[in-house]
Amino acid sequence: MLNVIKNRAVVGEDDWNLLRLNEGESADTIAVPAGKVVVPLAVWQAQKSVLQARGDVGVWLASDERPEALKDDVASLPIIAVDFPKFADGRGYSIAYNLRARHGYTGELRAVGDVLRDQLFYMQRVGFDAFAIRADRDAHDALKGLSDFSESYQVSWDKKSPLFRRVDRQAVTAK
Amino acid sequence: MYRYDQYDHQIVRERVAQYRDQVRRRLSGELAEDEFRILRLQNGLYMQRHAYMLRIAVPYGLLSSQQLRMFAHIARTYDRGYGHFTTRQNIQFNWMELEKTPEILEKLASVEMHAIQTSGNCVRNITSDQFAGIAPDELVDPRPYAEILREWSTFHPEFAYLPRKFKIAISGAVEDRAATAVHDIGLHVAQNEQGEIGFRVMVGGGMGRTPILGSVIRDFLPWQHVLTYIEAILRVYNQYGRRDNIYKARIKILVKAIGIDEYRRQVDEEWAHLKDGPGTITEEELRRVAAYFTAPAYEALPATDATFEQHKAENKAFANWVSRNVVAHKVPGYAAVTLSLKKTGVPPGDATAEQMEFVAGLVDRYSFGELRVTHEQNLVLSDVKLADLYAVWEAAKSQGLATPNIGLLTDIVCCPGGDFCALANAKSIPIAEAIAERFDNLDFQHDIGEIDLNISGCINACGHHHIGNIGILGVDKDGAEWYQVSLGGAQGNDAAVGKIIGPSFSAHQMPDVIDRILQVYVRDRIEDERFIDTVRRVGVAPFKEYVYATPIKTAHAKGEDAYA
Repeated sequence: MLNVIKNRAVVGEDDWNLLRLNEGESADTIAVPAGKVVVPLAVWQAQKSVLQARGDVGVWLASDERPEALKDDVASLPIIAVDFPKFADGRGYSIAYNLRARHGYTGELRAVGDVLRDQLFYMQRVGFDAFAIRADRDAHDALKGLSDFSESYQVSWDKKSPLFRRVDRQAVTAK
Repeated sequence: MYRYDQYDHQIVRERVAQYRDQVRRRLSGELAEDEFRILRLQNGLYMQRHAYMLRIAVPYGLLSSQQLRMFAHIARTYDRGYGHFTTRQNIQFNWMELEKTPEILEKLASVEMHAIQTSGNCVRNITSDQFAGIAPDELVDPRPYAEILREWSTFHPEFAYLPRKFKIAISGAVEDRAATAVHDIGLHVAQNEQGEIGFRVMVGGGMGRTPILGSVIRDFLPWQHVLTYIEAILRVYNQYGRRDNIYKARIKILVKAIGIDEYRRQVDEEWAHLKDGPGTITEEELRRVAAYFTAPAYEALPATDATFEQHKAENKAFANWVSRNVVAHKVPGYAAVTLSLKKTGVPPGDATAEQMEFVAGLVDRYSFGELRVTHEQNLVLSDVKLADLYAVWEAAKSQGLATPNIGLLTDIVCCPGGDFCALANAKSIPIAEAIAERFDNLDFQHDIGEIDLNISGCINACGHHHIGNIGILGVDKDGAEWYQVSLGGAQGNDAAVGKIIGPSFSAHQMPDVIDRILQVYVRDRIEDERFIDTVRRVGVAPFKEYVYATPIKTAHAKGEDAYA
């Protein structure tokens, strides 16, 4: 994948390839290429016995797929990606949160698709630690989005405790 | 009222910087309009018919005089000298320049205000009862909970790109003055038999294309759990709410599709993982926030005031104003005053910079420096001494803010409509004005009594027409503007969605239509029956029959709007 940010640094191109099914291709029969590859959930489910043995295969979830579908695989998968078909499709945030919080996934969680600077801060909060920035954008510029805010009020994956439990918020004089 | 601490300041400051950079990137072409649109909407900036409109959050409707003065400054410096108070207790300015908006946000931040999440498919401003903290019928002050919810919802990372907008209202009194039944989530603060405080939670209410009252998802939710429980509601909605059709994307459609019992089951399943977790509100946090909403330094006063009573006895106009615009206060010797932004000839909810500055002075002098914006688009001075009411009335009169019409026919709730809004199918303000002009006679209005008249310029229902006793909806038919009329809608404890009476009317017919409706009411009412009670008793049929009995004169053959 191109334009990768990982662990808060620009990696650039890395050796994970994203496999998307083209029209007419079927999850059962498509030949998964050799090398590190992230396959659609349907391909994973159809060819699991073969792919699982390889160790260099990850899975990506579409925004209408459920994180529970991978609950038995979270311990072994080297990477899970979540696709954002449009950046305004926010389902991927809950998918990521539940992969982490509910299903205990601790490996690399990568946002792919329409992934842009202005959403990165939120994405990292819900559990993404890698981002494949949309190809026409500058990953170095996008990196700045991770630092838009230095504090947050509420609990999410990155902060297990809300602001009111973490700091001593003394009431300022009201009048 | 709540005051920012260093963390609130820091978050809002960082937001201004983030937004400033987004505007810079838009102006330099780095951001395409499609992308920027969604970002600016999360900051309340709409592209309207003539210019940008900026909507500023007034958290649960509470404002200080200093903040109101800032609105006046913005109106004068960046707009055309006025602002528009909305049905969600916010304010909007209609003539903004994009380049200036970061500067405006910076100025707002200096008075602890922002425009965060005043639009977009995210959790919007939490709205509440304009008489919170002072109403005699209040069980629990909802404001500390509203503030805790405000902080929780601000930049929630998971719920910024929901299927659709999400509105939460909270009420703590016997009478629901926050229209909680028509919100995505409605919260009623309540006490259980053990005296513990909690919430009755409703979900899936709303107006728009599919008006529906919320369903109770939980009868009693202890207050500690309100954040985790709402998180569960939103997580289910975020994943399963429809995204294929904007008109079917609100939570109400999902709740309707799967049923409240199934929705509750899914929420409970989600909540099981969150309940009693770190998101649970602590006693310390509630105490910290509640400390901002303590009572001001009331004087110990008798329950009545002789000069006030005398003025009332001697001055009919003052007495009228008191009966309509002044409500009881839980503290003896005090009252709450509603300043009407519904003077005939002025668009409902509009206030000029001069009026804002004037009101700021008034609240500093008479009401501890704080005021409230109501969802009926008026302003409330919450803590006025009875002995000061006459002076407040005289002063308010001088600025056109003392129209004694609160709750009456001309206290019309109205969206900006086709004059400003890019979404509108039809104008709404000229309809409000035509009706207000026709029924300007106050004696007539007092005879008609309490009646909610609501006008929306399109199906998005910003004018809350579904819950108007008389609701008017602007519709587009072959490029012309027409108005559909419904009867029997209501807010409050007996909330109801109005029924459409029949084919729509042209703008010019509307005052006559209202006149005919009122004639039926006057004909059929029993003693002191309110309009809504008559409609409930006799049904819509007699109104329909009379309104359509003979043709109503039209100035135009088609529904063209000549008020423009």
